Amino acid sequence: MTEPTTLQPVLLWSDGLIFLLVASLLAFAATLRRSPQTRQKWAQVFRSRIGVSSFMVVCAYVLVALLDSVHFRESLPATEHSADVHYSHSIRSVLDLLLHDMQEGTETTYSAPFAIYSFSKENMLDEQGRLYRDFPRLAHGGAHLADPAQRAGDILQRSAVALVRGALLAAVLLGLLAWLRRRRLARVGLPWRAVNLTLVALVLVSTWVLELGSVYHILGTDQVGTDVLYQSVKSIRTGVLIGTLATLLTLPLAIVLGIGAGYFKGAVDDVVQYVYTTLNSIPGILLIAASVLLIDVYIQTHPERFELTVVRADFKFLALCFILGLTSWTTLCRLLRAETLKISQLEYVRAAQAFGVSQARIIRRHILPNVMHLVLISLVLDFSAFVMAESVLSYIGVGVDASMMSWGNMINAARSELSRDPSVWWSVMSAFILMVVLVLAANLFADEVRAAFDPRGAGGRR
Amino acid sequence: MLTYIARRLLYALPILFGVNVLTFALFFLVNTPEQMAQVQLGGKFTSPEAVANWKAERGYDRPLFINRDAAGLGVLTDTIFFEKSVRLFVFDFGKSDEGRNIGAEIRERMWPSLAIQVPTLIVGIAVNISFALVVVLFRASLFELAAMVLCIALFSISTVFYIIGSQFFFGKLWHLVPVSGYLEGLGAVRFLLLPIIIGVVAGIGASTRLYRSIFLEEIHRDYVRTARSKGVSELQVLFRHLLPNAMIPILTGVVVVIPSLFMGSLLMESFFGIPGLGSYTLDAIQAQDFAIVRSMVFLGSVLYIAGLLLTDISYTWVDPRVRLS
Repeated sequence: MTEPTTLQPVLLWSDGLIFLLVASLLAFAATLRRSPQTRQKWAQVFRSRIGVSSFMVVCAYVLVALLDSVHFRESLPATEHSADVHYSHSIRSVLDLLLHDMQEGTETTYSAPFAIYSFSKENMLDEQGRLYRDFPRLAHGGAHLADPAQRAGDILQRSAVALVRGALLAAVLLGLLAWLRRRRLARVGLPWRAVNLTLVALVLVSTWVLELGSVYHILGTDQVGTDVLYQSVKSIRTGVLIGTLATLLTLPLAIVLGIGAGYFKGAVDDVVQYVYTTLNSIPGILLIAASVLLIDVYIQTHPERFELTVVRADFKFLALCFILGLTSWTTLCRLLRAETLKISQLEYVRAAQAFGVSQARIIRRHILPNVMHLVLISLVLDFSAFVMAESVLSYIGVGVDASMMSWGNMINAARSELSRDPSVWWSVMSAFILMVVLVLAANLFADEVRAAFDPRGAGGRR
Repeated sequence: MLTYIARRLLYALPILFGVNVLTFALFFLVNTPEQMAQVQLGGKFTSPEAVANWKAERGYDRPLFINRDAAGLGVLTDTIFFEKSVRLFVFDFGKSDEGRNIGAEIRERMWPSLAIQVPTLIVGIAVNISFALVVVLFRASLFELAAMVLCIALFSISTVFYIIGSQFFFGKLWHLVPVSGYLEGLGAVRFLLLPIIIGVVAGIGASTRLYRSIFLEEIHRDYVRTARSKGVSELQVLFRHLLPNAMIPILTGVVVVIPSLFMGSLLMESFFGIPGLGSYTLDAIQAQDFAIVRSMVFLGSVLYIAGLLLTDISYTWVDPRVRLS
């Protein structure tokens, strides 16, 4: 393209929500800093090596998800017929710019990790024009190699280059961190060796992936030739967004109803208990499936509202988050109700009531802060549960839209891929790796948070 | 005891009614039968006659709540609400949108579901309790830390991966068990082995952590200290003193899921091609057969409420201190 491309920013509903939520989470964290007890507990979380490393890994995922949530449309090259600027129909994100080579380098069909030949044979013509059948070279993977035998050497050489670059970058970051540590963070007793090691590992992995991913398909390609690694990295946004959105959507209902039932007792309590027993008694997955089916029916009967595939996928995705949130608030609600019942009998609450403090103020000042640990613990625990739920729901066919890249959709495709001969195992493997790293990190972090905040101590029952 | 059970059963009625109204609202008010018919028959461009036909065949052509054309009680009974929702209370599930008898299907398909779920539950409890006991025996050691990290790792892996992975290795590569399928009678064992093992392994992580914390709560009790001080060995303390007491919260926690075992496991049954209620439900979801989904929702909530009731009863059974009130 000769003329410069201009970019038109696109704000999907889920993009707006995720930035809003991340901002409010940060604000929430800032208010938590005020109380010395919570500060001490957080310090306990971050003093453990597992806690701080898993937090950094989760942050890395969230960062990728945020990068992938900045969407825009590129302008199309001007044609002779009109001078107006037209924007492309496909919506891209900042992450796509970073992974440009992976996204563009598509093949025709499956290819194995680091392959330079296609997975299936095709009819081809040799120099004399005779027809023969063989595995064709890939259009993108290893196309720069003149001789296929150079592959191993090339991979090693590029890996070395990538690692050296990564090491340089990591050294710069470590230096910056050390400077920060001397200037600002001296009082915070972080386990610095764990921090540094995690940082180096994250930097090295990403530079290596970016370097080799631009010329090879590190994790192969799928049925239509899309790079599997690209797919699974793009799926991070889906996973992280489902985790955060659904978790945060459960909070308002659970907090308002749980504390309300526990504090006001009587009729309010009866109604709230009735509602959550009723909701709880419906098998969760059926309730979700039924609601998603209804959304599907809505989309199918109102096609005029969803002209762009992305918009439809985004709508369905948001609906899924809402449904997950609406069907999963009961556990936290029950915990909050029980805790509030207990707290509202304590002397300081009685005293406040005797002094004539308004009920809203009692709830806000005396009850809410003392049940916050339950909210926090369930916040971090639910996150990983929702990420896993997405994979199951997409497999059942009531998850995110099929056009949206997600680990669930990749796993869904894996059923037929694994039964091929020879089997196509890389798709499910890469979904597995990326998902397990995220869920494991989130669970380990949740465990540390629980150990610090649960008064019953480490490993206490939920 | 009997009056207590009777009262609890009465208390369950409004909940079931709530479930019914909720599912009715989801299936008939949010989306009208018209829209369902259109989706079933293929999009926007279906003829009105076809839609009307589809509705008449399945009894969706009645009014929702009040039928002004009918005589006598028919005003209330000849409606969608009565026919499709109230009848569920007497376990009359009616016919699926495909025209098959749902009740008969459920009675037939619950056996394969139970054949997976019951062994999974029993073996799972045995394995988890033993593992948790070993962890507690070696508490405050590197072994405990390793075991706890292993538990977190085990439940960080989605069940889907356990299923896909083991089907691939044990079924496809090593030919130890058939990949999927089902036989009646004893032949079923070959097909059930892998689902049961996966069910147990997938459950180890979460349950072991739970049981361990139950054990740890007990281990600081006075009776344990007394036992130790009179010279009882640590193993004896664990098995003779701790285990029976810890079994109370463990068993009552298990009781609540027992009735729901009938429902089967959606994932396990569909991956392994086992004709149980789980795969029945899943097929209904995928075929958008709302009549079956509605029945399964109702059945599921009945079983859940039965589980709650059993839990409360079992509390009084195992722990004489708890009184019914």
